[in-house]
Amino acid sequence: MIAFNKYYNHFNIVSTFLIVVSLVLLIFKGLNFGIDFKGGTLIELRSTDEKINVTSLRDKFSQMNLGDVSVKKFGNDRDYLVKFENKDNKKNIIEEIKVSLDKSFGNNFNFRRVENVGPKVSAELLKSGVIAISLSLAIMLFYIWIRFEWQFSLGAILALFHDVIVTLGVFSLFSLEINLSIIAAVLTIVGYSMNDTVVIFDRVRENLRKYSDIKIYELTNISINETLSRTIITSATTLLALLAIYLFGGEILKGFSLAMILGVVFGTYSSIYIANTVLVRLRVSQKTVLREDDGNS
Amino acid sequence: MLYFSKLRILFITLFSLLFILIASSNLFKVDDGFFNKKINLGLDLQGGSYLLLEIDNAPVIEQKLQNLTTTIRNYFKDKNIKINNIKINNQDIFFNVPDENKQSIIDTFEDENSDINPYYPRFKSHQLILEDTGNNFKVSFSKQGLISLKTSSQDQAIEIVRRRIDEVGTNEPNILKRGNNRILVELPGLDDPMRVKSLLGKTANLTFRFVTNNNDSFGVEKLKYEDGIEEASVSKRIIISGDNLLDAQPKMDTQTNQTIVSFSLDRVGAKRFGKATSTGIGKQLAIVLDGKIISAPVIRDTIASGSGQISGGFTFQTATDLALLLRSGALPAPLNIIEERTVGPDLGQDSINAGMIALAIGFLLVIIFMFVKYRIFGLITNITLIVNLFILLGILTLFEATLTLPGIAGIILTVGMAVDANVLIFERIKEELKDEKNNIVAFDSGYTKSRTAIIDANITTLLAAVILFFMGSGPVKGFSVTLGVGIFTTLFSVYFIARLFTSIYVSRNRNKERLI
Repeated sequence: MIAFNKYYNHFNIVSTFLIVVSLVLLIFKGLNFGIDFKGGTLIELRSTDEKINVTSLRDKFSQMNLGDVSVKKFGNDRDYLVKFENKDNKKNIIEEIKVSLDKSFGNNFNFRRVENVGPKVSAELLKSGVIAISLSLAIMLFYIWIRFEWQFSLGAILALFHDVIVTLGVFSLFSLEINLSIIAAVLTIVGYSMNDTVVIFDRVRENLRKYSDIKIYELTNISINETLSRTIITSATTLLALLAIYLFGGEILKGFSLAMILGVVFGTYSSIYIANTVLVRLRVSQKTVLREDDGNS
Repeated sequence: MLYFSKLRILFITLFSLLFILIASSNLFKVDDGFFNKKINLGLDLQGGSYLLLEIDNAPVIEQKLQNLTTTIRNYFKDKNIKINNIKINNQDIFFNVPDENKQSIIDTFEDENSDINPYYPRFKSHQLILEDTGNNFKVSFSKQGLISLKTSSQDQAIEIVRRRIDEVGTNEPNILKRGNNRILVELPGLDDPMRVKSLLGKTANLTFRFVTNNNDSFGVEKLKYEDGIEEASVSKRIIISGDNLLDAQPKMDTQTNQTIVSFSLDRVGAKRFGKATSTGIGKQLAIVLDGKIISAPVIRDTIASGSGQISGGFTFQTATDLALLLRSGALPAPLNIIEERTVGPDLGQDSINAGMIALAIGFLLVIIFMFVKYRIFGLITNITLIVNLFILLGILTLFEATLTLPGIAGIILTVGMAVDANVLIFERIKEELKDEKNNIVAFDSGYTKSRTAIIDANITTLLAAVILFFMGSGPVKGFSVTLGVGIFTTLFSVYFIARLFTSIYVSRNRNKERLI
């Protein structure tokens, strides 16, 4: 049996530190919103001419009077991702860029993807993204509240907040782009984190009913160990699947799968080191679960 | 619990086979009505354009108010009430009347059978609101009035958008209303999104008007030519408009070797055009499209045939597009493209390939991992996983769901998370075996005791998927669909298929030590 409980205090400090740092990052550095939430235009280009490089392309784009343009390689040497604000929302901007590129580089570009999101739509998408995440947290709170005693709910929700905040914190730290698929990833993380916590909590509650003489400090450790191989296997298979998406699923799914990978790692960690420590700190005992049972019968 | 009746085994087998069959119909071309269903590929996989258009209703409101001032003036004139100082200011109409007529104005506007202020019994509201501000009246659209105005301009616009897109001839476009002032257009497999965009971006409001400096009661306005430099003053009196057109076609003028657009007019249009060309010989007739003069030829002869032509330095492409726009009619209001997402067909194919490779590798990794970790039970899990995947694909096929790139990610994720339930059960059986010597009893209680955890775990993921389905859009919605459906297929395959195999294995090895 691994003595997870020996490190409860240490990891509580680590978790608090992670959350504080993430919050500081989120507040002062903010998130790198993509065009979905900020508005603007995105073009994915593929060049058929090897002589074209990112510098010459960048120069060309900066001459086009598009405002703040970012030109980056996208996955390989032939693909580029171009982003700009398109403040005036010019209608024929893509056509103009095409003509301008053809003039300088010859007809060597394939416009693989064009996305243009107006300011109104991006504001709406941001709003609905925030609502979706808040709603999912609220629903999870409600679900856990009807399923478990309040001490458990608090533990699960704290773990959930930790996972979401720290994942977003990592995105802020490395200035990774937040787009619509990241919202999907965060929602899935919420589901996964909850899932992981609930499995351990189920066991804690079962053990609480079974043993009256074991203190919660020991009991959580027993429960964690009993469910440990399940935790490891499920996390491992999920991570394997996500890793396959990250490595082979193409550039578009990179951000999404990275967010999910982080979420699964944090979710597994928090189920053990946040959710359970809350139970210990709230001195949950057999009485906590028995009282509930009396109330129900 | 261990016992599976023959009927149940038959049912499980048939059910699984059915879905494997349905899923495999994606690979073959079958003519049978039931098996020719296919999973739809989303725009991000097959390539195409997603356009969100917003109707700019301000000019429509402006026009309505303009007409309304005339209506109000004439209506009360017939009743011998003089309307004074009527003017439009910021989407409101202001006017005043002599004090003795005030009540009669109020009565007219508040009458449920009013001729000038329609009443919507369903909403208990008039179209217009009349306010007495003391020294004058203020007329504005009520909330319902605005909504019905927006809805009707949306209805008209969607019809025109549909006609224009049909004329371009894309396959299976999807044109839907969004709210009361937006139109969503999905165009799969489109070669030239720019053309459609430029076609949808034009109101195509065509008018024929005299070039004149004579400021009569209609008034004149200065309009620019298409080149944006030259100007001409044009009468506001409209001789004929796009509504009078029956047909328009691009043609080659054999004499001048120019591309032109020839048109034919309806009866009313032909009559007016004939009259205008007979009285206006020697004058210039401006052909105005969306506030810009295309050309302003001098009338040389009376044209009574009701057909004519527009020249204006067109290329064949621009002439074709203009003819198309004229045939499909003018939009009631300008449309703005507020969101566009276009994916080229080769990127779509790349995404399909990448998604499939990721799926294959992810699947393989999970299968190898499970076999190494669990041996015989790993094998059972893996068979379950394969059947699960087929059932998932089968259900998506059956409902002809739309598969997107994030949707493929959802399938891969399902593969990763689907083992969870089996692992929970097997781990539980292992634990039970520590105290319980009877394999069958341990097997049974393993299933029973793990049930709540499995249900909890799946409900939480399902809740996230449902929220995503209702809040997400486009590709992300596809993710929520595969993730959500994946939960049900996982539960089915765990509780029926895996359990069937497990029960067969356990009952054959009921006395074996170290079962797992």
